[in-house]
Amino acid sequence: MHDHHHHSHGHDHDHHGSELSPLEARVRALESILVEKGYVEPAALDAIIDTYETKIGPRNGARVVARAWRDPAYAQRLREDATAAIGEFGFSGRQGEHMVAVFNDRDTHHMVVCTLCSCYPWPVLGLPPVWYKSAPYRSRVVIDPRSVLAEFGVPLPAEKNIRVWDSTAEIRYLVIPERPAGTEGMSEAQLAELVTRDSMIGTGLPRSPEEGT
Amino acid sequence: MNGAQDMGGQMGFGPVVPEANEPPFHAEWEKRVLAVTLACGAMGHWSIDASRHARETLHPLDYLGSGYYEIWIKGLEKLLKNEGFVSDDELRAGRALAAPRTPNRVLHAAEVAAALARGSPTERPATQPARFALGDRVRTANEHPAGHTRVPRYARGRIGRIEQVHGAHVFPGTSAHGMGEQPQWLYTVAFDGRELWGHAADPGLTVSIDAWESTLAPVA
Repeated sequence: MHDHHHHSHGHDHDHHGSELSPLEARVRALESILVEKGYVEPAALDAIIDTYETKIGPRNGARVVARAWRDPAYAQRLREDATAAIGEFGFSGRQGEHMVAVFNDRDTHHMVVCTLCSCYPWPVLGLPPVWYKSAPYRSRVVIDPRSVLAEFGVPLPAEKNIRVWDSTAEIRYLVIPERPAGTEGMSEAQLAELVTRDSMIGTGLPRSPEEGT
Repeated sequence: MNGAQDMGGQMGFGPVVPEANEPPFHAEWEKRVLAVTLACGAMGHWSIDASRHARETLHPLDYLGSGYYEIWIKGLEKLLKNEGFVSDDELRAGRALAAPRTPNRVLHAAEVAAALARGSPTERPATQPARFALGDRVRTANEHPAGHTRVPRYARGRIGRIEQVHGAHVFPGTSAHGMGEQPQWLYTVAFDGRELWGHAADPGLTVSIDAWESTLAPVA
């Protein structure tokens, strides 16, 4: 390991300005002012970061998908009121206040985007990946989704329809991918291991049992 | 506004580049930007629509040349300056130079989990019946407001059909500008790919947007 002891990552920020990039310095300056003026509480900032680093992520959504695969009554509730059905797991709130689940089937493959910013269902998927927020994805998935899928290595039959959901309001969409073949008898926990983040955005497919985890 | 944020259908940005095993953050400062943005939003002086508008009013070169959290901090600085919470001098100095403005609220650590789990629902009681029903054909307004709008350019003046009815929701066109929530019925409107992109469009493509009632007109 290189010697990084002079880079403090705690709150004892005692850096010389020259060590920081202009952007790091800008963020540091703003945070200092906000704390100094009493607008934000440092412990609250840490709690927010901890939430999205360790508590909320795509494993949440994978549990929702796995249950929908195994439990037709749950899948029906998800179709009728996804916010409530997702809430059964305790997943709720910011950027998932109004959820809609869209189900892939033999004829249609669903994909989700926010062309105007980067709206994304945080409670079930966590924070969006960089590519989801990037200009290439936001610009192209609405006009040429098959080329985007090709870049993700997703083989989609030419006859399969593509349905793209542009998240232009506060409705957040979760794709429920098709259950892979050969998964009969698998438990909910085993099924959840097959559900990838990208399969719930529409830029991927679930793993097969052979691929495993 | 017709800003750089309205990317749907633009060309030339190159391939999508996924990152294997991507971490939630790529640098310490990104975490701080996320946290201060949410904490400052919790002060209760602007809406999420105003936040989006602050970001999309960055100069297009700045918007396109900035990463996601860089756009966020630039937008946040704008909001804080507009509302009198910080000044340019303070941002330059990196410390407080004037007495604080008292915010409506300060988010405390003990409240974070509950605040995030609650979020900010935008559905409101409807004061009148929905104008459109499932399956109705509608045309989106071909309007180009200078202020905030959530109708992307690629879907303006296009004919689609109502696919979902979501209840009455806060209207961003007013909420972004301090003109109140003025809730309207919100719909998912689905368009055939050819209606949006012409004859070269993927024949199997359907694209939807979520659109507020005032941006839609009936089609016989």
